[in-house]
Amino acid sequence: MTGKFPLIGALALVVGLFLPASALAYKHDFDAKRQDWSFAGVFGKYDPAQLQRGFQVFLQSCAACHGARLLAFRNLSQPGGPEFTEGQIKALAAEYMILDEEVEGGERAGIPADRWPSPFANALEAKQANSGALPPDFSVIAKARALPNTFPWWIVDYFTTYQEGGPDYIYNMLVNYADAPDGVEVDAGQFYNAFTGTNLAMPPPLFDGVVEYEGGAPATVDQYARDVSAFLMWVAEPGLTDRKQLGFKVILFLLLFAGLLYLVKRRIWRQVPH
Amino acid sequence: MSGPSTYTPKNGFTKWMDSRLPILRLVNDSFVDYPTPRNLNYWWTFGAILSFMLVVQIVTGVVLAMNYVPTAAMAFDSVEFIRRDVNWGRIIQSAHAVGASMFFAAVYIHIFRGIYYGSYKAPREILWILGVVIFLLMMATGFLGYVLPWGQMSFWAATVITSFFSAIPLVGDGLVQLIRGGLSIDNATLTRFYSLHYLLPFMIVGVVGLHIWALHVPGNGNPAGVEVKDKKDVLPFHPYYTMKDLFALVVFLLPFAWFMFFAPDALGHPDNYIVADSQVTPLHIVPEWYFMPFYAILRAITFNIGIPFTDIVLINSKLGGVIAMFGAIIVLFFLPWLDSSKVRSGSFRPVFKGFYLLLVISFIGLGWLGSKPADGIYVILAQGFTAYYFGYFLIILPILGKIETTRPLPNSISESVLGPSATREPAAATMQGAE
Ligand code: HEC
Ligand code: HEM
Repeated sequence: MTGKFPLIGALALVVGLFLPASALAYKHDFDAKRQDWSFAGVFGKYDPAQLQRGFQVFLQSCAACHGARLLAFRNLSQPGGPEFTEGQIKALAAEYMILDEEVEGGERAGIPADRWPSPFANALEAKQANSGALPPDFSVIAKARALPNTFPWWIVDYFTTYQEGGPDYIYNMLVNYADAPDGVEVDAGQFYNAFTGTNLAMPPPLFDGVVEYEGGAPATVDQYARDVSAFLMWVAEPGLTDRKQLGFKVILFLLLFAGLLYLVKRRIWRQVPH
Repeated sequence: MSGPSTYTPKNGFTKWMDSRLPILRLVNDSFVDYPTPRNLNYWWTFGAILSFMLVVQIVTGVVLAMNYVPTAAMAFDSVEFIRRDVNWGRIIQSAHAVGASMFFAAVYIHIFRGIYYGSYKAPREILWILGVVIFLLMMATGFLGYVLPWGQMSFWAATVITSFFSAIPLVGDGLVQLIRGGLSIDNATLTRFYSLHYLLPFMIVGVVGLHIWALHVPGNGNPAGVEVKDKKDVLPFHPYYTMKDLFALVVFLLPFAWFMFFAPDALGHPDNYIVADSQVTPLHIVPEWYFMPFYAILRAITFNIGIPFTDIVLINSKLGGVIAMFGAIIVLFFLPWLDSSKVRSGSFRPVFKGFYLLLVISFIGLGWLGSKPADGIYVILAQGFTAYYFGYFLIILPILGKIETTRPLPNSISESVLGPSATREPAAATMQGAE
């Protein structure tokens, strides 16, 4: 009896923060920047067709500058990813030369177990080729960026399991190259981006029609940006689909178990006043 | 209230054991027959939840250590390797990372339970002090662990936090070098942090043992704040509290699993997915959320303290911040003697309740401010909350206990449960399943 005061207080606090926040959430400014992702939410999973398209964009428009040292070729044929066939991946890997001290000549053709080779020999060379800026590695880039977030919106995000700030960031950056507003100087080798609000050393990598899709997906910058962002999310978190599916079962079990325990506990306590 | 042991060994083996190593007797007296006040509410389940979380952290941590490589060159990639390629690695890694947050969430509830119900008061001062020691060890462990993945936030948090020690006069700089294993954060820092991060949890286990020992001598407090008088006030720990604790634990596991499986990175910082780089300082260096209140106190001290009307500075703002931050925890050690009220439970102290609520608000407010830049209005707010935090312990509690009119206390726990007129036998209960 005496203990109810703080309990009710805490509940009121949580509800008090959550209710107005969720009511207003859709009005909030940066929600406009948030995209619908197939891998968002409790039931989220990657769309293999989208990942295949994203990989195509990566290969044709990004891979010349960005590496992905933690991505292995074999990952591309694993379940829950782009799900290329093993044959496709073997052929793809074989197109790359891999540095290997243990073979004659120090180089050999790639196999599926190899990691994605870096496009530059070292960071210095990469910088020299890119007006002094280092193109970041793509291994976990989709988790190393996020949209800005402010109180109390992040509380809503806990309930909606929002974890897509990275792909949202990359998508918005890719579609928002623009002419610099008056008063902003853009040096040679720099390109103004309206989303980051800064000059980037990366030239706009996407143009309508540069990548030819099979199937019906539109060949637009918007679609490319969306697909490559989804692909980068998969590169950063290849086990996401499995993790969420297992999580759903775990939560279901815990709910059931908690319900049963509550009944047991209540039955035991029914005998005694407390 | 431990009292005399009620254990009677029943068969040959347990009799044989009992006259050699009475460990079954210890278990029985501590977790089976252990007499527990009948009126404990759910705030009292967090001790059991914390014990479980400690085991979770150690088990997942030991498994992570099998694949983690503590070198500046390999640390980041080895954590990613665990996430990507080790069987069950993604689950174990997120259990450990999210687990740390859940552990701290539980410990803050546990501490604020104690502050509300006066759990620190005689005869439980040692129990409380051991708790504060555990809290300090947990903070150290959390900080050391955060450095291990060797991301940008790891690196820069380590830089900022180790540099606090340079504020200490005379020995400061030497101490910083000793902690870092060099002039700056580097491989030597990582290896010693790893070693200590593996060590401290086992020290916590030791202190938790003492904590529970110190609990079982005076026995549990309770929401009514009156001590146990006779058998009518207590219930055997098993099955009453084993089942209640287990139920609470499973409910606690729901948000834990929610974050672990659906949003394992939501409680972390994106910058920690960028490999540590001593040449690039992140825009905002922020610690983990559970350090925010103390970080805000550190940064609230923006002024030097000196002799008025002279230029003599006794404590510069940097040292002042460090003193305030550590002081915010040190003051907890003295809490049992700062609170002058004879009434233990906050439920019977109407004025105290208001001040307590303000303390909770200040603490949460400080947590929020810890994540904000330290300028303008934020600094002023942080200074206000910091002043209230210290004022609560050093001014309000010592005085309030002397002047406050408290509500009448029940004569006993059973009276608080059954009402003053009750003469009923416990078995004739009508208050069914009130929880
Ligand atoms: C011509 C080389 C080049 C190509 C092609 C290229 N990038 Fe970049 N990228 C860079 C450089 C250089 C930077 C660093 C920019 C800076 O720091 O100013 C960069 C930075 C980035 C960043 C980080 C931006 C930030 O705000 O931190 C992302 C994300 C990115 N690139 C994605 C892509 C994607 C997706 C593609 C393919 C569609 C791509 N890049 C193609 C050179 C390139
Ligand atoms: C690893 C961390 C900890 C563990 C495992 C732990 C465990 C426990 C357990 C099992 C109990 C009995 C059940 C309960 O009252 O919830 C307890 C009680 C208590 N703990 Fe802790 N504890 C921890 C940290 C702390 C801290 C940080 C403090 C305070 C700074 C603290 C202060 C207390 C007090 C005062 C009690 C007695 C409450 C009462 O009987 O009224 N504990 N603890």
